[in-house]
Amino acid sequence: MNDDAGYIRPELVCPAGTPAGLRAAIDAGADAVYCGFQNATNARNFPGLNFTPAELEQAIGYAHARGAKVLLAVNTFPSAGKFDLWREAVDYGARMGVDAVIVADIGVADYAARAYPNLRLHLSVQAGASSPEGIRFYCQEFGVKRVVLPRILTVSEIADIHRQIPCEIEAFIFGNIGMMAEGRCSLTNYVTGVSTNMDGVCSPAADVHYVEDADRNLTTRLGAVVIDRVACGEFAGYPTICKGRYVCGVKSGGYYAFEEPVSLNLSALLPDLMRAGVTALKIEGRQRSRAYVKSVVSAFRTAVDGVLAGRDPGLADLLALTEGHRQTEGAFRSKAWR
Amino acid sequence: MAILSKIQHRGSSVHSLAWNIPRILLSPVPLILLQPVFSRIAAHVARSRPDLFARLGPHLSKRFLIDPVDLPFVLVLIPDAATPHLTAYRRQENPYYDACIAGTFFNLLEMVDGSLDGDALFFTRDLRVSGDTEAVVALRNALDDFDGSVIDNIVTSFGPLSKPVALALSALRTIRAKDRHE
Amino acid sequence: MRGKVAEITLGPVLFNWNPDRWRDFYFRIADEAPVATVYLGEVICSKRGPFFEPLLETVAERLTAAGKTVVFSTLAQVMLKHDRRMVESVCASGESLVEVNDGSALLYMRGRPHHVGPYINVYNERTVAFLARGGARNFCLPVEIPAAVLGALCANTDSLGVTFEVQVFGRVPLALSARCYHARAHSRTKDSCQFVCENDPDGLELRTLDDGPFLAINGIQTLSHDYLNLISELSELEAMGISRFRLAPHTCDMVAIASIFRAVLDRHIDAREAAVRLDAMQVGAPFSNGFYYGKAGGSWTEAAID
Repeated sequence: MNDDAGYIRPELVCPAGTPAGLRAAIDAGADAVYCGFQNATNARNFPGLNFTPAELEQAIGYAHARGAKVLLAVNTFPSAGKFDLWREAVDYGARMGVDAVIVADIGVADYAARAYPNLRLHLSVQAGASSPEGIRFYCQEFGVKRVVLPRILTVSEIADIHRQIPCEIEAFIFGNIGMMAEGRCSLTNYVTGVSTNMDGVCSPAADVHYVEDADRNLTTRLGAVVIDRVACGEFAGYPTICKGRYVCGVKSGGYYAFEEPVSLNLSALLPDLMRAGVTALKIEGRQRSRAYVKSVVSAFRTAVDGVLAGRDPGLADLLALTEGHRQTEGAFRSKAWR
Repeated sequence: MAILSKIQHRGSSVHSLAWNIPRILLSPVPLILLQPVFSRIAAHVARSRPDLFARLGPHLSKRFLIDPVDLPFVLVLIPDAATPHLTAYRRQENPYYDACIAGTFFNLLEMVDGSLDGDALFFTRDLRVSGDTEAVVALRNALDDFDGSVIDNIVTSFGPLSKPVALALSALRTIRAKDRHE
Repeated sequence: MRGKVAEITLGPVLFNWNPDRWRDFYFRIADEAPVATVYLGEVICSKRGPFFEPLLETVAERLTAAGKTVVFSTLAQVMLKHDRRMVESVCASGESLVEVNDGSALLYMRGRPHHVGPYINVYNERTVAFLARGGARNFCLPVEIPAAVLGALCANTDSLGVTFEVQVFGRVPLALSARCYHARAHSRTKDSCQFVCENDPDGLELRTLDDGPFLAINGIQTLSHDYLNLISELSELEAMGISRFRLAPHTCDMVAIASIFRAVLDRHIDAREAAVRLDAMQVGAPFSNGFYYGKAGGSWTEAAID
């Protein structure tokens, strides 16, 4: 479908952590929502979050009645002997009529492709496919229809990949920007004994400890490890190892060895992404509130519709929702980010 | 106790709000007069939102200290499905808790109401969390699974009293919205 | 043990060593180390590749002549044109054995016998079976897999005829990124790094704000600060059906390390004595084994040795 400005209308893919969050996203203009079950089968296995099978079924009804799609994230890695939980998640999704299942594990992809040949598969960012050949492997083996690209590529590199793969591209446009290659990080497990890949949690809340002193200096620990110390009046970020401050021999004082607390905001790059062949624009944040979902989805609905109508999108005013109160275009604008 | 010390506001917006807070909440009214209201809120939420308790999982019997730092009292919430408690204490009573959530009255109210994002409040240091972080995250997520306004829903439950309370709340929201845009 | 001959293997050098040191290291391994298989090649950064490529053939020949099996490891994070060319050229040689470390190498090696490296997410029997159908013969498993899962994985894939390998010594790879953290520590970018990673042959140590040793940076890779040591768990691993034990190269005396591990496999010394000898080597950081016990990876659990 070509619009006035000559773009193909992209799909705005939005996070849904709860049924109410899902409805908020759809009411705010999401073309598709992604969500997961209340267990380790998805990468946001957080307390109090996600869907029961019954909730998912109702949510699919709500979405489909409004022309929106539901994408089910089954994007973690089952460990040996526990495959049944992942099999069950795929089965539920297929039977309830989700519009796609987002997979990362080769075994899960193999199961879904064989058991449900007509089920649409998306390759999760957790699969870490960052080259045309890596993506083609999943397309050829499992008939993957869309790849979610890691947040490490420039727009021109995305355009280059687009020309060399047989599937659609979904790219992140807003939200948390993890610094480590997704699906390839054991930092949380190294400190807590809980695995991001196997258990679906990065920095599990049970291991996060905040201690503020009388002067409002905030110390954040993950397990026994001090991740950061934020002075009074200084903004904070997520309690993840890759957003922490450390000391090393070639630097004086603590520094953000990996990345500062900052959120991705690509609203100004929307036209470039759409020209590069990105089919779906993804907003991160299933762990965030419906207040976040409402604001961010509305802002990007307006921005995308504006681009389609030939307007300059500008930078969506979402600073209030960003980590550390800062936003970045990360890798997407320039290689210097690396 | 350092954790319960008065929050320091960076922006002026929060300061200027102090006079907008309902007088009854700031006055040295015996808590015994407020307690029936809190009990009623707890009972109403328990009745109307049974699924909330499922989301809380193992955190149902935890004691949550809710600390509106600009008010003279704190609340302890025990979200037990059968008999939920929401009890007010004078701040100096230092009630025992597993997890503590502290922020200004309005930030807490708007977060519960789904119009402010908890993570964002945390990033800007307008929300303090201590103790059992997992319980706080579970509570936040459970409360967030709600369509529309929790507060309006509770207010409606007050029956004949709901109209004046709703009017007062609406006036407060207008002031708050203006204040934020200034 | 199920009839598989236990082997000590040497993983690829992950750090940016001076090429002479790199060559001499492998020459000594060829001459002295009781390792059966040696993995060769640049796994971390395609920019480093040209330093070692001219030496690869000589080193591989020397190792082969000494009776070692040489396997060429591919890049772990493949993204840029250079990365992709490097993987393609390693996989193009029809003769040599290749260990694949990312999806692109899986595509190239499909249908030919190959090894699957620790950077491929192999956590369950279905993934093993799928990759085995595509030609995978040996799996070096991700470092974070606990003993219970290793056991289940071996038991559930017994009929496939594949071998399993786990790292038992050295800093543990924990994360990969597109950004070079060595360059960042020196206020440079990946493109203008001037190869500052060559200053840290075992990685650049990161400490926490309260001065506790924590991690080690190696270009785009993040490793543990402490060294994995599963000497006391070797016999348990063997009993599960793991037959290959990987040592990650460091600047400490790897011949001595390999000899200690080999001596335990040969029942020449017991694990207790081996542990004492490893302690005495003072590798420069404490030992850890937490992942094996399903605990925080950086923790240490005293093994229950009979």
